[in-house]
Amino acid sequence: MSGHVVTIDRIACDGFGTCAQLLPERIILDEWGYPVIDATPVHGTERQHAKRAVNACPRLALTLQKVHEPEPAKR
Amino acid sequence: MTRTPAPSHTSAPAIGAPRLLGEVVGADLGRHLTTFGAPPTQHRVKRGHAGPLVGEVGHAGLAGRGGGWFPTGRKMHAVVTAARTSRKDPIVVVNAMEGEPAASKDAVLAQRNPHLILDGAVLAAEAIGASVVHVAAHRGSRTLTILERAAEQRRSRGLDSVELRVVDAPGRYVASEESALAHFLGEGVALPMTVPPRVFESGVRRRPTLLSNAETYAHIALIARHGAAWFRQVGASTAPGTMLLSVSGAVGQPGVLEVPTGTTVREILGLAGGTSGSVHGLVTGGYGGAWVSAGDVLDSPWSVDGLRPSGGVPGAGVLAVLPTDACGLAETARVVRWMAGQGAGQCGPCRFGLAAVATDMDMLAAGRLNATGLANLERRLGIIPGRGACRHPDGAVRFAGTALQVFGDEVRSHLRGRCTASRRTSVLPVPASTVSLPVSRPGEEWR
Repeated sequence: MSGHVVTIDRIACDGFGTCAQLLPERIILDEWGYPVIDATPVHGTERQHAKRAVNACPRLALTLQKVHEPEPAKR
Repeated sequence: MTRTPAPSHTSAPAIGAPRLLGEVVGADLGRHLTTFGAPPTQHRVKRGHAGPLVGEVGHAGLAGRGGGWFPTGRKMHAVVTAARTSRKDPIVVVNAMEGEPAASKDAVLAQRNPHLILDGAVLAAEAIGASVVHVAAHRGSRTLTILERAAEQRRSRGLDSVELRVVDAPGRYVASEESALAHFLGEGVALPMTVPPRVFESGVRRRPTLLSNAETYAHIALIARHGAAWFRQVGASTAPGTMLLSVSGAVGQPGVLEVPTGTTVREILGLAGGTSGSVHGLVTGGYGGAWVSAGDVLDSPWSVDGLRPSGGVPGAGVLAVLPTDACGLAETARVVRWMAGQGAGQCGPCRFGLAAVATDMDMLAAGRLNATGLANLERRLGIIPGRGACRHPDGAVRFAGTALQVFGDEVRSHLRGRCTASRRTSVLPVPASTVSLPVSRPGEEWR
């Protein structure tokens, strides 16, 4: 199973904060206005929100990266 | 094949004898070749191929002495692989910048045996198919002067089959970070870059780049001469060989030592003339390293694994001893303030975060931080790491965070506005900084 995680180019990021508004499920801002990213993969609707955040970044600092997740253990 | 055979037979240094600093030759190439023997002859391999030396360095278990302690053989292999897949000629870079204020090992090595560093770099270049070696040292440093002189001697004698370029690089701490150095050598701007790509796949002018510390290359020079088995005869099995340490602070004879890896901190301090009086805290690794308490670390072997239980890191071989009459928090505050000013100012969490941490530490050292302020400081220390393009913020935060643990008693008295230290002079060296605050855009100090 594969998912997507949000990654950030720290040099490009200027702390506009748009990402945290569009993807509050994964991104909060620190006290200086820079994103703190939860690297849990996004799926479905969350992935759509993540895409929107990536596209809306004024500095083009965000990317959505495909990751491979291990299969959940069978019970 | 441009080399002449060794003028006389030279044998490998005996077990227990210093390897890098045992003989003092200086820039005199003739004496270097008589003392250590000529570097073994090898062909420069084609791009994408690895010469036998790559395997030998791997078997030797050599780990990078610049602070990363990453296996050098694996790094060389990674550069070779990247050169093959990208079809770009690889480049070799020697980092002799030594940005750590409490470190002087590379400067001492360069003064005593600069040709060992250059031998190793040239041999590594031939073994990975590189035709150019950049040697970077700080502008205006004695290290730069002697490496230039040594390189000139090699050129006039036609010793090397690869081109040696000695480069003067800007003196800022972060400028010696690997992506910043590769950026400087390619584009002339010593600012760290976003990773990945790492320099082994895309470094100087986007070429696969073998970038290692000066001491690491000196070890390669001896591995090429005496082999992996000889190299492994001393030191910790996980990262064998000898290593250079810069010991400073409250010891009888501060200076640079060469000891086997895995030597205990107690033995190291003994070799440095013993500690003057009782010791409380020690700096391991450097200013991006960690404070450890003497009681925890004295019997730890100096290696990544050996120091881990005490919270210490071997880093670039810095060991600084704080006397008990000094205030660990004031020392830390000065260092953290300097580190905050040494960042590139490119990434928000580092630029604003380290400045905030430095202010908190200043307040704490001055006895003007309350419990809420301390909680804020601890929260900041928790949120900054891992959020810069390079590891500069992580190192500075670890330095500050470990100080709070090691000097826990002092933290408590400072919260009540009291400092128990009697010493009024500072112990840890902090260079005078031309820039007191991080810059947001590159200025001349980067070029």
